[in-house]
Amino acid sequence: MSGNANGYKWIGTRTIRPDGVDKVTGRAAFGADFALPGMLVGKILRSPHAHARILSIDSSKAEALPGVKAIVTSADFPEIPPSEAIKGSSPPNYRHLSQNLMAREKVLYDGHAVAAVAATSAAVASEALSLISVEYEVLPHVTDVLEAMKPDAPVLHDDLFTGGVEPKPDKPSNVAKRVEFAIGDIDAGFADADVVVERDYSTEGIHQGYIETHAVVANMGEDGQATIWCSSQGHFMVRQYTAGLLNMNIGDIKVTPAEIGGGFGGKTTVYLEPVALLLSRKSGHAIKMVMTRDEVFRATGPTSGSAMTIKIGAKKDGKITAAEADLKFFAGAFPGAPVHLGCMCGFTPYDIENVKAVGFDVVTNRPKAISYRAPGAPIAAFAIESAIDELAGKLNIEPLALREMNAAREGTRTAYGPTLGVVGFEETLEAAKTHPHFSEPLGPDQGRGIASGYWFNVGGESSASVSVNEDGSVTVTSGAPDIGGSRASLCIMAAEVFGIDIGEVRAVIGDTNATAFNRHTGGSRVTFALGMVVVNAAEDCIVQLRTAAAKIWDIDVEAVVWEEGEARPAGDNAGKFEPLSLGDLAAKTPMTGGPISSEKSSNVQGPGPAFGTHICDVEVDRETGHVKILRYTAIQDAGRAIHPGYVEGQMQGGVAQGIGWALNEEYIYGDDGRLQNPGFLDYRIPVASDLPMIDTVIVEVPNPTHPYGVRGVGEIPIIPPMAAVANAIEDAVGMRLTDLPMSPPKVLEALENGG
Amino acid sequence: MSALQYKAPTSVDEAAALLAGASGEARVLAGGTDLLVQLRAAMIAPELIVDVKHIPELTSVSVEDGVYSIGAAAASAELHENADLFAMWPGVIEAMDLVGSTQIQGRASLGGNLCNASPAADSVPAMIAASAVCVIAGPNGTREVPVEDVATGPGQTSLAKGEFVVTIRLPKKAPRTGDAYLRFIPRTEMDIAVVGVGVCLTLDEGGVCTAARVSLGAVAARALLVKDAADALIGTKCDDAAMANLDAAAQAACSPINDKRGTIEFRTKVAGVLARRATAIALERARS
Repeated sequence: MSGNANGYKWIGTRTIRPDGVDKVTGRAAFGADFALPGMLVGKILRSPHAHARILSIDSSKAEALPGVKAIVTSADFPEIPPSEAIKGSSPPNYRHLSQNLMAREKVLYDGHAVAAVAATSAAVASEALSLISVEYEVLPHVTDVLEAMKPDAPVLHDDLFTGGVEPKPDKPSNVAKRVEFAIGDIDAGFADADVVVERDYSTEGIHQGYIETHAVVANMGEDGQATIWCSSQGHFMVRQYTAGLLNMNIGDIKVTPAEIGGGFGGKTTVYLEPVALLLSRKSGHAIKMVMTRDEVFRATGPTSGSAMTIKIGAKKDGKITAAEADLKFFAGAFPGAPVHLGCMCGFTPYDIENVKAVGFDVVTNRPKAISYRAPGAPIAAFAIESAIDELAGKLNIEPLALREMNAAREGTRTAYGPTLGVVGFEETLEAAKTHPHFSEPLGPDQGRGIASGYWFNVGGESSASVSVNEDGSVTVTSGAPDIGGSRASLCIMAAEVFGIDIGEVRAVIGDTNATAFNRHTGGSRVTFALGMVVVNAAEDCIVQLRTAAAKIWDIDVEAVVWEEGEARPAGDNAGKFEPLSLGDLAAKTPMTGGPISSEKSSNVQGPGPAFGTHICDVEVDRETGHVKILRYTAIQDAGRAIHPGYVEGQMQGGVAQGIGWALNEEYIYGDDGRLQNPGFLDYRIPVASDLPMIDTVIVEVPNPTHPYGVRGVGEIPIIPPMAAVANAIEDAVGMRLTDLPMSPPKVLEALENGG
Repeated sequence: MSALQYKAPTSVDEAAALLAGASGEARVLAGGTDLLVQLRAAMIAPELIVDVKHIPELTSVSVEDGVYSIGAAAASAELHENADLFAMWPGVIEAMDLVGSTQIQGRASLGGNLCNASPAADSVPAMIAASAVCVIAGPNGTREVPVEDVATGPGQTSLAKGEFVVTIRLPKKAPRTGDAYLRFIPRTEMDIAVVGVGVCLTLDEGGVCTAARVSLGAVAARALLVKDAADALIGTKCDDAAMANLDAAAQAACSPINDKRGTIEFRTKVAGVLARRATAIALERARS
């Protein structure tokens, strides 16, 4: 058994990851690894046009091809009227989801699904796709957010009227909604300022870049009971969405989760599952569908790109008096850009009296945006943290010191309403200031940038059970996929409560029939929310164990305590009994009232919001515009790190993705509206040699809501990097880059024009 | 769907006969690192694939009187591990070593990189700078062609039906000769050249450049041999003035396109930069 400086036995230790061996030996079963006898291959026909009316679809030649067993188009899916678009708890817009799944009347982006076939082999399915004849009337398209907002822009949806404005517009447009968050008096705040910075920024659409492409096996039984095997961030989400799209009862669908090869928010919706199920119903066979990388880029969730204007004013002494953001995010083909989240998070690191953040959710002829780590926050932070850096320069105050002067703390009122509780932003700034990286000397053409970030973190519906097995080992069953180490952290928390060896605890992700409903994994919620549910269930088990011991000893349950993994008499007055271990009690359950287990469900509240501060060093090649990341340190308040290795992994992974976002990742569309780089060759995520070892510092300011102080850790690390890199480039060469990605051609052009 | 024929001949003549006798499209398979990708992406649909890796001349490396003959299908990893070859032509070997990943290096070959005819092929400007010559076999026997005359445009070569590259010959290196290849990519590896520059130069005992060849990749429809750039160096000690002339001549030779990998302005400017930088390395090697 290990000991630990924080007073816990297991919390904060680096236990061996439960899923590690199978993953490194290749035995772990991911989405594409499942198979059923007699299953068919399903493939999707996708639009080559960015915007077009579907005049007709003729699949007769494909149907006649030997080996083709079923073909579906949108005509095979229930049409969901606007009045039924919203159903159930916290759902998507089912009408839009259905239209995104299979185009109706119009295709809205290059890659939009038009038809699907099921055939006896991949080759036959591919040939069948080529035999489906679709007649299109090509329409003008728009992929840029500012172009899409113009009055004469091509309109994607005739029934989309801007929400959040008065009076309600009488004409449809591409602006789905306007949101505003404000406190104080913005005009008075700027009037009070000695120095004001104001600048435009933009970011491109980028993809989550998970390595595992979407994959599913679906089988519709003769009795209408369906089974789906797939990898996702929420098998309950897959069940709920599939049922909603196909007008089925949720209870008639069982979804079994596979291991997931990366999601980052991108696997929080459905693309294939309802299509595969419909093909299965029509063909009478199980269907397997696996997306190609090309399909993943063209048709699955990127995150929004943006056009932003940031204005910040401050007194000469550095006190920020006013901050204003205008954020325009494109959502892709259907509304739902995370612009409100950008508005809410962007200025929250700072205690500012007068704040106004306005956001616009704009549709464009691109794939429908879906979550990507801390959705919206990194985009806003790129602009706002760049503006803070510029302000520091104008005030001649060191950027970290300016952040310290204005830092949000317990009691700071946020622009979106709540007042912050116990938070650890100042602690991250202090840790940054005292880190050796902060004062390491720099060479020529080298620069250092600082940036911070904020994320609310999330709780939500969570269900789990804890069972003491017949031998005293413990099984924890939960229903939220493990995308960042939740099995390890749930095992650690359960072992801590029981006081037993970590090797005695196993955590499994059950299918949709194994537990009650779980919200999908996202927003950094699972170690926090499921952790609370598992701790509650384990504590309930301990009450049952004490009760059992009391029965055996024939004393009151209050006279039995649970210590170091065994039941003991509470003191001499309780009587003299040999302690009963978990194994002893498990063996005696037939005599003490039956198996020991507890199932808990809760809508968990009180996720601890969290902050991070990053330090980045770059070197700029002035002749080529190439930016090299020399050194990177990420500092973050984790509340309490249940498994520090996983927390560091989350921090390093977020930084790596953020550096890709900063330097090279972008969706590149041609004038024809077609995506030009749907593959990892020209969609450039960083390779290992692009990155230095990313240093991490975990700051622990425990979240008072959680029994062990957990705050979510997965979102924060992707928020500061883009601004940290931009600020470092500015420090190196004196040029402020405002448009992502800061790729070599853009950096070189900036150097030539202004350097 | 017609069946794809796969043949693995063991002699040059047999391969030439198979290629010449094909009624439809026939493709030569060396390492397959381009061909198989194109096949799977349905970019090509040949009726015949002739695997040349079972022909001894195609995979061996020999040296005779300082002249290296490198099998067109010899794996790049083997070339990289050939210490004598690497010491003699570091620019060529380093260029080929930039192609793909470690796994790809176990298959990728100079002949494949050349005959795939990508304007961005890394080994090609290096081979051109080194005055490499191809030995080409066909139904009518063999012929020798300078590397710069093989690719004619993206995906296009001057090889006639039935012809294929057997070996690549690197000439005997003159004393005080150095070669180098540099490419620009936005990342640090696993990428395609936005600009590539191969340089080979020879110095006299006084350090004056007596011969030079400069080749640019990814800035035109095929790799260019730029005489003006070489002339900027010949007769000089490759001082700053010569380097500035080289930079200008390299830029003047560029006729790139705007695409997802780079703009015309960027490629042109960086071609000049890399020409200077590659020359500096070649110079260092010629002096040592």
